[in-house]
This record gives sequence, structure tokens and C-alpha cells, in this order.
Amino acid sequence: MAVRIASREFVLAGHAPGAGVWQAGEPGLRITPGGRARTVRRAWLDTFDWRLFRAGLTLELRAPGRPAGRGGRAGAVLVLTGRDGRAVTGEAGPAARPPFLAGALPDGPLRARLAAAAGVRALLPLAEATSVLTEAPALNADGKTVAVVTLDRSELTAPSRAALPARLVIGPLRGYQAEADRLAAALAGAPGVEPAAGSAFETALAAAGRRPGDCSGRADVRLSAGMPAAAAVAVILLSLLDAAEANVPGTLRDLDTEFLHDLRVAVRRTRSVLRAAGAALPPGLADRYRAEFKWLGDLTTPVRDLDVYLLGYPAMAAGLVAAAPADLEPFRERLRQRRARARGRLVRGLRSERFADLAAGWRRDLAGLAGASGGPSAGELAAGQIARAHRRALLLGGSIGPGSPPQALHELRKACKELRYLLEAFASLHDPARQRRAVRELKALQDCLGRFQDAEVQLAVLREIAGQLHADGSAPAAALLAMGEAAGAVAARQAAARGEFAERFAGFASPGGRARIRALTRGAR
Amino acid sequence: MKVLAAYAIKGGVGKTAAAVSLACLAAGDGMRVLLWDLDPQSAATFMFRVRPKVKGGGRALVAGRLPARDAIKATDFPGLDLLPADFTYRNLDLHLDGQAKPATRLRAVLRPLRPEYDLVVLDCPPGISLLSENVLRAADLLLVPVIPATLSVRTLDQLAGFIAGLGGRHPQLLSFWSMVDRRKLLHRQITAGPPEGHGDGMASTAIPALSAIERMFAERRPVTAAAPRGQAARCYQGLWREAQARLGLRPAEAGASGLSPGPAGRRSSPR
Repeated sequence: MAVRIASREFVLAGHAPGAGVWQAGEPGLRITPGGRARTVRRAWLDTFDWRLFRAGLTLELRAPGRPAGRGGRAGAVLVLTGRDGRAVTGEAGPAARPPFLAGALPDGPLRARLAAAAGVRALLPLAEATSVLTEAPALNADGKTVAVVTLDRSELTAPSRAALPARLVIGPLRGYQAEADRLAAALAGAPGVEPAAGSAFETALAAAGRRPGDCSGRADVRLSAGMPAAAAVAVILLSLLDAAEANVPGTLRDLDTEFLHDLRVAVRRTRSVLRAAGAALPPGLADRYRAEFKWLGDLTTPVRDLDVYLLGYPAMAAGLVAAAPADLEPFRERLRQRRARARGRLVRGLRSERFADLAAGWRRDLAGLAGASGGPSAGELAAGQIARAHRRALLLGGSIGPGSPPQALHELRKACKELRYLLEAFASLHDPARQRRAVRELKALQDCLGRFQDAEVQLAVLREIAGQLHADGSAPAAALLAMGEAAGAVAARQAAARGEFAERFAGFASPGGRARIRALTRGAR
Repeated sequence: MKVLAAYAIKGGVGKTAAAVSLACLAAGDGMRVLLWDLDPQSAATFMFRVRPKVKGGGRALVAGRLPARDAIKATDFPGLDLLPADFTYRNLDLHLDGQAKPATRLRAVLRPLRPEYDLVVLDCPPGISLLSENVLRAADLLLVPVIPATLSVRTLDQLAGFIAGLGGRHPQLLSFWSMVDRRKLLHRQITAGPPEGHGDGMASTAIPALSAIERMFAERRPVTAAAPRGQAARCYQGLWREAQARLGLRPAEAGASGLSPGPAGRRSSPR
């Protein structure tokens, strides 16, 4: 059914329950064992950065154990369970072959809930098991099923192989929660039965040596204000390298757009830290790697720009008033072709010796700095560099007037990014509440500048592709008209962002905004 | 979410058997189905072995004090839930009359369930009352069993007239011959064609008078599960296909003619 209520789960001491377990029913409740065992293949899925787990959701793909003909997925279902144990189920269908995007599923409550939690991230299989399930209905005095007791004997099959402890799961039926609770209380006292410490998913993950939320794909470091700056910078840069490398396999497989995005973020942050704090490193080290990380950043830019475009494409097409969304198709096709070509270059770059050497050499050099001593402290470095980046952003922003070119806003955007990265890199030195307050106005300004710059890039791409389509005569007039209308909408968005800029910058540059960032760096010394 | 109401002015004509069977078949087809037993006699509730009790009674439901979802019970059939009957439903007309917009209250009670169910089947008590008007305002399709008897056909005329006089939103009408005994000459004569003036609204599938259908209440097991390949189940399957087509859930197709049963459906096994 669409909604099922929280289960009660137990672990058995042996492979199968003793006779006493089946007789553990309460007065008026009778467990009726002897049902046929069925084999199912199960996969638990989440995004790379555990978005479902963080939203309190568990997604299980369950398919009959025997291959079901050529399709192989007949009868497969997806079960999305919330923190309260309520589950939404849906037929898996051909779109649900992992990894897949929530948006690829058929319309319905399952897709809506999954899409809200996972967004644009792909759902990846994190653990897989083969389970032999035997169901025993628990009946009341009227012979009505009020709960289903399932004996679950599972073996982990991926990412490694391991036998999992046998489990008993009480699945209450809707409207019969009290009966299931009574049954759970009775089973809890049965010999050889222990309440399960975690869900079947958590047990499977633990057997594979993992735990939920163990990887975010993002840098996360703990620093102390008094540690040597060189060691602190090395810790930050190593964490960024970890994040970059963690996102490379997903980028190469093109699982979703966020692997590349997070890889880019790690690279940009690395470049920002090198620029701002490279002086804290041994002489020459930052200079040696600066050009290499620029190469890596530039390698990732074209695909990301096109990803942003393609992610926004449905809204762009839906926003057309005079033209039909289908008129834009030739444009989308060109975007896809461009992306395919850009992706080819990106993949070659990430598989190149140059990238391998960069990653290995960088890790080796940073590892050698772990025991660095002397020089300024991490707190002094953070305070100094954050203050410098803050001053630069204020200076660039203060010189922007109504007639300033787009490039001026782009330069300010880069300066703001650098400030933001420094604030986040040294976040563990700051009071979290102060950090949140300091970042609030900066974030609002960045959002405004981001919208402006995205529109700038999109307009340039629209003009360029329109020129090509016109020159080679490969698109009907309707496509060019639709692109013209879309360009008008993008330009309007850009103008709106430009109109917003003065207010956003005034907030950032206000005495209060300045004081909040100064207070942050004072606390870090 | 579509709403199908098994409804007739006369009692004892096979409403509950049809409601239960079609609900089971819909769930067997993979739909998320809720059967609401609106009849205080609680035959459908009894058949699913559920206690005929709703906390606060019908008054709490129609007044909105008890959200319908809190009164729902799972049946033993995957995909099929039941909103049980309650003896207080005998006063449902009075309770409805005390509400604002009393003729559309039932529709309002069902509205929050839209995300949870694909189909709601209403098993209605006999009669024409404020509850009936609520059913007509809530339903997309009215499934009306007609036994092959002169008076029964007359009540179908009355019902069609009642619906025509309602104005505003009202359901399609799909009537079907019910409890047909082909040993009886009168039944054979009456069911030879649709009743006059009801050609478009008459299902081509008829439900025969079969002991298997009577037994399902004694055995407390829907005939579609007890004997999924039997004649009764095949007939209900044919009727379900016609109802599906009328509800826009599948393309219309030529149904079985006369008393010939429809094709057998997927078995709806209990949990």
C-alpha cells in the first residue's frame, strides 16, 4: 500500500527462529508460520553526498531473486521509507536501473519525494544483498491479518560479500499499530531474539565497513588557532585534494552534474588558498602548482557552463510565451553536442598523466608539511588573509557604478568567492553563530552576482549558437525566434540581478556587515 | 484519484459484491485502492474481517474532526485499504445536514486522500437521500446493479432522472444486469437488451446469480481471491474493464456480450 507504518526489527541468535519465537503471539494474536520462502535482490540507494540519509529517508530497490526474462526487472519495486517508518512504494520500471536520477521516474508521490530530497544528484547503489524472506502473518481472533512477521536471511553481495545476521521484522498493517506493538513486546522476550541495533541497510553498510553519511565529497577540516599556519594550510589543501579526487570517478562516469561541480569547487578553493595563503608554504611550492591547478580548473569550465545551461533548460523552455517549447529543440541539441565534445576533452584530461602526476605530487608534497613548525599561527594567517580578501571585495564593489562593464561585476564575484572560500576553509577557527551571520550578506551578494554572470555566459552561448544555426541553415526560423525570445528572458533576468546589485552590495559593505566579518577574524587570532 | 460508487436505490441487488470485487481487482492491477463501506449494515467490512467501528463515528468523519486517513485499515490484500463501516452511519444524513455545503461534504472528506490512492470505491447504502447526493457529487462513475425485474428497471429510471435533475458536477452512470438467473424466462427476456433509454449506460457484462458470490460473505473472502479463474471472478473482471474504460483508466474496448464472462484477471492474492 502507499503508506505502511514503522516496523519492529529483531536480530536472531541463530540462522532461524526457534519454535518458541513463533509461539510468542499475545493472547488474541496468532503467528502463522509456514509461508513459502522467496528470494529477493535488494539494493539500498542514496546520493554520493547522502542526501536521503540526511533527510531521514531510506531508499530500497527490491527485485525478485530470479532473473525475469530479458527485462530482468519485472516486479521490481522502490520503497522509500521516512524517519517515521512510513513508506512510499512505486514500481521500479526501466528508469530505475541504478544509478538513476529521481526525475527519470514516472510521475507520482515517490518521484516527488525523491526529487525533493535528492535534487539533481544520482541515486547510487551503496549496498546490495540477496535475501531469503519468509512471511508469517499474525492474525487476530477474527482471522484478520494485523501484522506480517518476516524472517529475513540476507547475504551482502556488494560492495563486498558477507553473511548478515538473520532478522525478524514485524511489519504492521495500517490501522493495527497497537497489535504490532503488542506482538513486538512479546517477541522481544522470546529466547534467541534481540532488538536490532540498526536497520537492514545500516547492518549491510556496517558489514561493508561503511556507515551512513561517511562521505560528503566536500572538504571538512578541524584546525586550531595556535597551530602553525603551514601545517593548517597543508591540512586544508589535503582535504580539498581528497574532495577533488573523491569526485573524479563520478565525473568520469558522468553519474550526475554535481560530481564535476564539487570537483570544480575543490579546485577553485585550492587555487584561492594557494593565492591567499601560499606564502605560508615552503618557498616555491605554491608557484609550482598554481599553473597546474589553473589548467585543471579551465579543463572543467566548459562542461560545467553547459551543465548549468542544460539544468536550466526546462525552465527556459517552459517560460516561452510566443514560441513553443519544442521550437527550442535545435538549440538544446547543439548544447548537448557541445557538452559531448567538451566532456571528451575533460575525460581525456582527467585520465592523463598530467592529472595523475599533479594529484600524486601534490599529495606527497602536502604530506611532508604535516609536521611543519614555526612561522605565524593559523589564527593569524586566517585573520590576515580574510581581512585582505574582505578589503579587496569592498574596494572592487565600491568602484562599481551604473555604467560599469560586466567584467567589473565578474571580478567582484571572483573576489567574493575567494573571501567565502577563506571563511569556510578556516571555519573551524570561528564561532559558528558569528560565521553564519558574517556569511549571510556575502551569500546574498554572491547569489546576485552569480545570477548576473550566469546570464552573461548564457547570452553569449545563445548568440554564438544562433549564429552557427543561421550560418549552416540547420534550424528552422521558429528555432531562431524561440532563441530570441529566450535571450530576451535571460537579458531580463540579468537586468533584474544588475538592478539588485546596489542593494546587495550596500548590505555587505554596511558598517554592520563589515563589523561582522571583523568580529569573526578578531575571534580567530 | 478516481471515485467509483456502487450504488442502487434498491437493496440486496449485488452492490457490495460488486464493490468488493472491483476494489480487489483494481488493487490486483497494481492500483492503490480505498474501499469505503458507507453502509451501516457493514457487509463489506465484515467480509474483510475488520471491526465495523470508526472512532467518533460518522459525525466525526463528516465534521472533519477525524481525518479519513486516521480511520483507514489495511485489508489482507496488498494495495487495498478499507475505511470501515460504523453503525452510526445510519445517521449520516443528519450529520451531513449539519455541515456547511452539506451536498459536497463527502467529496471534501476524500480530498486529502488524493495523493495516497488511485481509486476510491464507495459501497453505498440503498435509498435516495442527502448521502446519495453526496455520493453523486463525489463520484466519477456510478456503478448501478439492476436485477432483471420490472421494478428494478423502474428504479434505474428514477435514478437517471434524479441525476439529470442535479445539475453541476455529476457522475457517469454505468448500470449492469446483476443476479441474472438464465433458468428464468423473465430474466432471459429482460436481459436480451439494455433497458429502454439506458443503452449507452448499460455494461455489456452481466453478473450471474452464482452461489460462489453468495458464499464470499459466508467465507469472508472475496470471490476474486477465492476462485480467481471461476465464472464469477471472470464476470467481475469484465465489469472492471468496462468501468476502467469509463473512468479513463484504459482505452474502451468491446466488452463481453450478454452473460459471457470477461477475461480472467491477475490473481489478487492475500498477504
